[in-house]
Amino acid sequence: MTDAVALPPPATPVRTPLATRAAAAIPKILFWIYVGAFFVYLFAPLVVMSAAAFNTSRFPTLTPWLGTTTDWFAQMADDAAMWRALWTSALVALGVVAIAVPVGTAAALVLTSLHARARSVLYALMVSPLLTPGVVIGIATLVLWRQIGVGGGLLLIVLAQASFISAYVMLMVAARLQRFDRTLEEAALGLGATKLMVFRRVLLPFLRPALLAAALLATLQSVENYNTTLFVRGFETPLTVYIATKVRTGLTPAVNALALVMIAITIAGALAWEIARRLEARRAATPS
Amino acid sequence: MSHSVALERITMSFGATKAVDDVSFTVEPGEFFSILGPSGCGKTTILRMVAGFLAPSAGRVLIGDRDMAGLGPNQRPTAMIFQSLALFPLMPVWENIAFGLEARGVPRAKRRRRADELLELIALPGYGDRKIAELSGGQKQRVAIARALAVEPEVLLLDEPLSALDLKLRQHMRAELRAIQKRTGVTFLYITHDQSEALAMSDRVAVMSAGVLQQVAAPRTLYEDPETPFVARFVGETNAIPGTVAHVADGIAALDTAHGRLSARAGRGVAAGRAATLYVRPEALGIAAADAPSALGARVERLDFEGAFGLLHAVTADGAAVLAALPSTTLGAAPAAGEAVRFAFAPRDAIALGAAQGEA
Amino acid sequence: MGALTARFGAGLAGFFVLLVGFWLAGLVLAPNLMMIDFALRPNLLPADVGGPADVYSLDNLAYLAGEPVHRDIFFKTVWASALVMLATFVVCYPLAYWLAQTASPSAASLVVLALIVPFWINEVLRTLAWYILFAFRGPLNALLLGLGILDEPMRWYGDGGVLVGMVYAYILFMLFPIYNSIESLEKAQVEAARDLGASTWRIHTRIVIPHAKAGIATGCVFTFMLAAGSYVAPALLGAPGSRWFTQIIYNWFFEGGDWNRGAAYALVLLVLCLAVVLITLRVFRVSLTDVAK
Repeated sequence: MTDAVALPPPATPVRTPLATRAAAAIPKILFWIYVGAFFVYLFAPLVVMSAAAFNTSRFPTLTPWLGTTTDWFAQMADDAAMWRALWTSALVALGVVAIAVPVGTAAALVLTSLHARARSVLYALMVSPLLTPGVVIGIATLVLWRQIGVGGGLLLIVLAQASFISAYVMLMVAARLQRFDRTLEEAALGLGATKLMVFRRVLLPFLRPALLAAALLATLQSVENYNTTLFVRGFETPLTVYIATKVRTGLTPAVNALALVMIAITIAGALAWEIARRLEARRAATPS
Repeated sequence: MSHSVALERITMSFGATKAVDDVSFTVEPGEFFSILGPSGCGKTTILRMVAGFLAPSAGRVLIGDRDMAGLGPNQRPTAMIFQSLALFPLMPVWENIAFGLEARGVPRAKRRRRADELLELIALPGYGDRKIAELSGGQKQRVAIARALAVEPEVLLLDEPLSALDLKLRQHMRAELRAIQKRTGVTFLYITHDQSEALAMSDRVAVMSAGVLQQVAAPRTLYEDPETPFVARFVGETNAIPGTVAHVADGIAALDTAHGRLSARAGRGVAAGRAATLYVRPEALGIAAADAPSALGARVERLDFEGAFGLLHAVTADGAAVLAALPSTTLGAAPAAGEAVRFAFAPRDAIALGAAQGEA
Repeated sequence: MGALTARFGAGLAGFFVLLVGFWLAGLVLAPNLMMIDFALRPNLLPADVGGPADVYSLDNLAYLAGEPVHRDIFFKTVWASALVMLATFVVCYPLAYWLAQTASPSAASLVVLALIVPFWINEVLRTLAWYILFAFRGPLNALLLGLGILDEPMRWYGDGGVLVGMVYAYILFMLFPIYNSIESLEKAQVEAARDLGASTWRIHTRIVIPHAKAGIATGCVFTFMLAAGSYVAPALLGAPGSRWFTQIIYNWFFEGGDWNRGAAYALVLLVLCLAVVLITLRVFRVSLTDVAK
């Protein structure tokens, strides 16, 4: 950012009245105030929540600060219910990835092989779960399976989540597919490969980065889902539900400790992702 | 003797348009055969039908006398080199080359050995573990050739593979392709819109226009004895003079034209009393002697000096352009721009073709 | 289907179609159809199901129309969601524009990274953060009292708190679509407009916003839908007087014990969201394909 004010004065001194210069700077100042406010808005809650994990106060807060402690982390680590909730979330995420990644990939492939009209109808149907409120997805899944005698639980959580997470996977894979050169498939066929081998050796390796990214996104979406899960959880308590119920049954800074750990993992993940991306970009930019 | 490739009355329709219209020709084993034509003439469609990516609407494709109907591209004894080359970007060079062998279930160690042999053949030894993105344009070209040769195809199909290269590399690769073809003895079916490429490399060339096969012949025959007006105009430079056939004798036709009576060899569709066009190459034209009985009168526009030749651009009284290539040694006597000029040519060096044949 | 088989072979193509069929029929269509079926039937004892009383009717929907408290909550949810959408747009647009058009690439990628971090933290935790911040004896009141802006602590929980928490939760659903669409605008267009004497306001209303309309429509659709279907924010940041429609639905299912009425309410919510999607796309003249990012 070069600031106009910081430029050296012109050779022939043209004096601008101070008032005019100040008036010209006002939009810029306002803009930076806005950016500052935006990021305060974005991070202040997270900072407050994280910091409260170190306060000895029984209720998570900064005011008053009763003393610094790391006991809440120990308490969190000792909380068997939290670990069970984490385990439940992990199982659900595993199930969701196992369903949504193949389904979303198949959907993207089917979509590219269709003609315009059929494609737009099918496409609308495929993205519709993304435009449906999460609670509705949960409710619809719940009422359907009750008719078959299956109540809320792990299975329904997985199915309900997979119904919209598959759409995310479909979009990611379709975006990557758009950049695929179909002559590679023809070349492989022309060299005698079976259609299965073409898929396995040519298309699938090309899709690999998108599939990995989709699996990661599916995991995140699954673990952080609350609205849909709430209705189909039955007697299961995944992590988000566990945290939300804590608010009612007695919130302690142990939850903040958990939040801080999750934030730390997130930041580490985001940084690792960004570094990997930049290394990849640098490697691509310098062929031997 | 069996043909390497035979097309029998092939037609390919896309909706109402016929991309290929009743085409038949044969390619002999070990031949370098080119299909030449402007873009949209149907040559790519023919290549894709031979490869098995398209099924003809009518007619048969035979390879080594076997009917290919119902066989997919992975079941035919062909290999194709694509315009974009279509090298697999995520596999190292050697896996690219050995891909066809992998498809045939050849064990890994043997595949690797075969890939290394082929890398020797294309003068890229030790490049097996490189990435495709690390290769230069010419190297990619050679890897694509090696990949196609690895499956020991009966016929190699080449879809304008040199078009992405710059001029110098293109000329170098022409010689290399020709050498590889002679060394391996594989039948090459090559398509291009670049006539100099087709003429320089091929044993025989098929010329196509708007889905219709115009002529199949050796390069020199195409140039000297075109059978259709399209071939006469498309292959090399030519001057066209329309007229009416007065009479034909001893294979020489006399045409009444705007420039008086001109004679040329009688080509296809020439008969007394019918319309015909006389085609004469720029290098067959010379400056006429003052008393020449029949000549082509025109006015000089400009002279482009090109080294061995000078290209004389002139316009006739009825506005038709005339191009003459004069040897540099004769340029001293050449007329200047704006002057009148009279061109003469030997009837043996010109050909008349019936106009009824119709330009496509 | 023919093209699919030609490309992948019958086995693989069949497998793909099977997967897609399982998803669309089993996980998307069937549940929603069953929900409609539920919504149109009365709530009966198990013994009466299939009996003479088990007939289709619009009673459950009529109940919503006739019950003033629920009706008011429904309409409040609609306009409050619209307000969330508008507020989110106002908050996001300038930053999206700056990111896409004026920020240097390295600054932009750093800011994007900073934006993604809170996005990856789940909605419950994000809302919980506001819950802590808003507490009556919490940091926000302490700060404002300390600065002398307030004389006595304020109750933040309620409609205002819900609004702030929702805008916070959905910021990135608005920001990224707009950012992506503004990014594809050629910088020279803005410069040309300025060169021709256009004011900043005019540049945005005539050049940038029309160009970014697909992104804006996407952001609006998602934000409205997420707000209307939100459960966490009203549950944590609301007050007894600021109930949200989703909370009523939840009560029918897990406290009122009338799934049929609950399904009817959920159906109304679904129809509302789909209507907003269709109307927004129509108003912005954007096709559904542009909505997916």
